[in-house]
Amino acid sequence: MSDINIKANASLDLRGVMCPINFVKTKLKLEMMDAGEVLEVILDGGEPIQNVPKSIKEEGHKILEVKREDGYFRLKVQKS
Amino acid sequence: MSDHFIEDKTTRVTVNLEGKAEKVDFNDLKSGGFIKQRQKDLFTVRLRCPGGRLTTDKLIKIAEIANKYSKKGVVHFSFRQSLEILYVDYKEFNAIVAELEKIGQKVASCGPRVRVPTACGGCEYNPNGLTDTQGMARMVDEKFFGTPTPHKFKTSFSGCPIDCARTKEMDLGFQGVVEPVWDEPDCTGCTICSEACKEDAIQSDPDSGKPIFDPMKCIYCGDCIRACPTEAWKAKRYGHIVRIGGKHGRHPMEAIEVSKFLPDEKVPEAIHKTIEWYNANGKRGERIGNAIKRVGLKKYLEFMDSVFESGSPVDYAAPKQGVKG
Repeated sequence: MSDINIKANASLDLRGVMCPINFVKTKLKLEMMDAGEVLEVILDGGEPIQNVPKSIKEEGHKILEVKREDGYFRLKVQKS
Repeated sequence: MSDHFIEDKTTRVTVNLEGKAEKVDFNDLKSGGFIKQRQKDLFTVRLRCPGGRLTTDKLIKIAEIANKYSKKGVVHFSFRQSLEILYVDYKEFNAIVAELEKIGQKVASCGPRVRVPTACGGCEYNPNGLTDTQGMARMVDEKFFGTPTPHKFKTSFSGCPIDCARTKEMDLGFQGVVEPVWDEPDCTGCTICSEACKEDAIQSDPDSGKPIFDPMKCIYCGDCIRACPTEAWKAKRYGHIVRIGGKHGRHPMEAIEVSKFLPDEKVPEAIHKTIEWYNANGKRGERIGNAIKRVGLKKYLEFMDSVFESGSPVDYAAPKQGVKG
C-alpha cells in the first residue's frame, strides 16, 4: 500500500448505493470537475468494488490510490 | 442412437408462377430455409443473420418485404438469432427470394449442414468481450455456411466465460479467454483484484496487499486486468476455449473442452478439420457428439492435434464432463 496522501478536490460517499447508480454518480461528479482534479470515492466491497473501478478506467480516468478500510474502499480518481 | 434425423416426406408439386409452370420440390425447401407450417401452403422463410446482427437500413427493407409477403404480418426471432418471416405462401417463394436478394439478404438453411453461426456482441462494444465474435461469425458464414455434414452442425462464439452464446451446447463452440499475467513492480497492493475476481482465484497478502494467484481456479475472464488501477495485471494472450460435441434437443449433451487459448488465426482450420473428420467418421443422422462417443474422443483429438497444439490442449485423458473418450 502506498503511503502518499493525495489531496482530493471533491468527495463522494457511495456506501449503500447500488450498481450502476454508484458509477453514474461518479461519472456525473467527474463531468463537473476540471481535467487533472481528483475525486475521492468511497465504495462498498463486493459488486461496487468489482465494477466501478473497471468502468472508471474504461472512461479514461486514472485511479491514483486505493485504500481498503473496514468493509469499504476509498479511491482517489483523477479526471482525464 | 438418440437423435434421429427425419426427412421431410412431402412430395413434389407443380405450381403456376406468372403463367409458366414451375416445379417446387418440398424436399429441397428445408435446405433453402423454407420451413413448412401447420397451415396449408404456408411456410416460414428463415433469413441468414450471422451473429444476429443487421444494419438498420437492411432491417427496414426486410420489414417492408415481410409486411408484403407474410399473410399475417408477423416475424419471429429464431432461437439462433436469425429473423424468420412467417406465413409466406410457397407460390410466392421466387418473388420473395428475388426481393430479398436485391437488398443483399440471403435465406438460411436447415437440415444436415453447417448452420448460420451465432455470436454475442463480442469485444467491439461489450466491456466483457475478449474476442471479435461478430467477425468470427461472419467468417464462418462466408467460409462454411451450408457445407454438407452427416447431421446438423451448429457453431457459436462467446466473447467471454459468461458464455451467452452457449458454446457448451454447440457441435463446435468457441469461447473467448484471456490469460492474465502479473507484474510486481507496477503493483501497489491495493487489493482491488482480489475483490474483482469472482472465482476466488486471487487472494491478497495480508501484509503487502499483493495478489496470490491460484491458476487452477482462474477461468480467464480478465476481470483482474480490467479492475487493476495500475496495469500490474496484463493480458499475456487472448484466445478461444474450443468445445466439441454439445447439443440441446431431446437428449442434450454438454460439449467437451478440447483446446484452450486457440488463437484467432487457427479458428478456420479448427472448423475445417473438424468438418473433415465428421464427414469421414459420422453416420448419416448422427451428431458429432455421438460420433465422438462411438469412435472415441482420442481418435478425434489425434486428427486435430496439428491445430489444437497451438492452443495448449487441456489434459484430455480424463474429461470431466460429457462424452468419454
